[in-house]
Amino acid sequence: MSTNRVITYREALNEALKEEMRSNENVIIMGEDIGEYGGVFKVTDGLIEEFGSSRIIDTPISEAAFSGAGIGAAMTGLIPIIEIMWIDFSLVAIDQILNQAAKMTYMSGSQTKVPMVFRTQGGGGRGNAAQHSQSLETIYAHVPGIKVVMPSSPYDAKGLLKSAIRDEGPIMFIEHKMLYGSRGEVPEEEYTIPIGKANVVKEGTDVTIATISKGVEFSLQAADELTESGIHAEVIDMRSLTPLDTDTVIESVIKTNRLVVVHEAVKSYGWGAEVASIVQAEAFDELDAPIYRVGAEETPVPYNMTLEQEMLPQAKDIVSAVRKSLYLEEGSK
Amino acid sequence: MSKEVEFYTFIEDKWDWDDVTVERIWYKLNQIRAFEETSVHYYQEGAMGGSLHTSIGQEAIAVGVCRHLNNDDYMTMTYRGRGQALAKGADPYKIYAEMFGKADGYCKGKGGPMHIASKELGILGANGIVGAGIPIAVGGALTAKTKGTDQVAVTFFGDGATNQGVFHESLNLAAVLTLPVIFVIENNMYSEMTRIEDSVMIEHLAERGASYGMPAIVVDGNDVRAVSEVAKEAIERARNGEGPTLIEAKTYRLHGHMFGDEQSYRSKEEIEAKWEEEPIKRFKENCLDKGIVTEERLKEIKEEVYSEIEASAKKAIEAEEPALGEVFTDVY
Repeated sequence: MSTNRVITYREALNEALKEEMRSNENVIIMGEDIGEYGGVFKVTDGLIEEFGSSRIIDTPISEAAFSGAGIGAAMTGLIPIIEIMWIDFSLVAIDQILNQAAKMTYMSGSQTKVPMVFRTQGGGGRGNAAQHSQSLETIYAHVPGIKVVMPSSPYDAKGLLKSAIRDEGPIMFIEHKMLYGSRGEVPEEEYTIPIGKANVVKEGTDVTIATISKGVEFSLQAADELTESGIHAEVIDMRSLTPLDTDTVIESVIKTNRLVVVHEAVKSYGWGAEVASIVQAEAFDELDAPIYRVGAEETPVPYNMTLEQEMLPQAKDIVSAVRKSLYLEEGSK
Repeated sequence: MSKEVEFYTFIEDKWDWDDVTVERIWYKLNQIRAFEETSVHYYQEGAMGGSLHTSIGQEAIAVGVCRHLNNDDYMTMTYRGRGQALAKGADPYKIYAEMFGKADGYCKGKGGPMHIASKELGILGANGIVGAGIPIAVGGALTAKTKGTDQVAVTFFGDGATNQGVFHESLNLAAVLTLPVIFVIENNMYSEMTRIEDSVMIEHLAERGASYGMPAIVVDGNDVRAVSEVAKEAIERARNGEGPTLIEAKTYRLHGHMFGDEQSYRSKEEIEAKWEEEPIKRFKENCLDKGIVTEERLKEIKEEVYSEIEASAKKAIEAEEPALGEVFTDVY
């Protein structure tokens, strides 16, 4: 049944939206410029032609109101997908996302579920500067009640988005702006990917690299480079931060005895520290070296693209962290 | 196109409520008053956590609006919203149980006084953030419109909430999408401890609704009859697909922002004068003037309400605590 069809991350997301909207008339999409325009990243391209303006709703620029309206709609029988154009703009709506969506089920004693998806995109790499390049996922992962999902490939983008739309609770679905044009195999047949299960993207024996989103691409580049010096890295795509599948990481660490955690979010207080803490507590005896973290520097994202590259983690930083964990390089932190 | 604010005047001669209606309204007004007074008593006894924000003096708005709602109409309100929950038909026992943190409470004792919700009554929830329930009600209205039902959504909030951005965003969104939602500002003259006149440079908050192109009406919020007329019209408009309305009901918060507020921002004389204008006293005078019911009958109903409320509270005090394992349920 499998085909070798190759499509982009953007097309994969678009397919997931279409398929779920066809199979469930309660699914609607709201956001800025998502109708005729098809979204600034064209993820909703062509949807208004098929589903009409009652289900593909262009909104005024008012993230708090349409996020809140999505919550109210989710509580009353629809399954809204709220497109927040840039994750940086989600901060305008953060009361609705974290004080409302994330808490409604708990505060109401499960009288109301909030089945909805906040679709947004984050990350840097294209000179969008400090207010259009952030990786804010840890903020959302820190508050109980909302799941945080971050696909790294077209295959995952489609399968995870379909699962997110079918989930009972609110989900922060964070795409990466540098991945929209990336290509990969996506079967034409129906499939979903369960939320909460990490994916071993590349098997290896010498070190485990746990990462997410665009970090997977960087980590695979680093792993390729390391292979040349005879180091075989295992690369794990966490796929979601909530739930966080540390079991898969620990299983890998039992084999490799070394761990490097890679994320594009600022390193300090990032989710890498959470993974490191859990792994050292659960598998201390398995570790042959300190756990290293690779993340963005503790600065806003600079506009100049050379500076931006310096601030954001790159494949070379991962190579360096792996070498430290193998005691091939001096290093700290 | 911007609209003009309408100032509603109740026409006494047109008042046609029969004794059954009057008794029902009287019952509801007193039920809320009794509930709130009894809450204060139990709060002082230490039966509740957190803060207690009563709606004493504002009962006419809840009752006047909610009498036109069906169970499947949606409603959001704020932490001062137990009166509205009662007006929409909530069980006083289950609210008290929630306030006392008991398993029998509407939210299993996990929401508390600020977060009363009842799915079966369309009460999407009271909110601890003053303007946050406004877009959520807009979402309920969106569901109604998308599914083609004749349900409406009502959201109650205070004057202070109209200074939050989400209020403005929500009004605009509802107007643009022509959604069946009624925005009810309970202008009780104080945003927590600050006079509304020190917080805005306009006299009537309803102007804010008019500026988004929706009908906006100022009404005497202490006259349950006037509120009822204005709400009826707005709800009918919404049910007919004619979009949102903003109602500014002018009232007065007779208690402090929360229990224990020393109210240094206003004089005793001001509060005493306002007790003369409070809605229950006024409704009683209206009824007796018109001779619809006797004073004895009103007294009888009032006594009945107070004893029912006391019984509900007593039962809730004795109800079971939630199991410890409840900490971990209902999260996702």
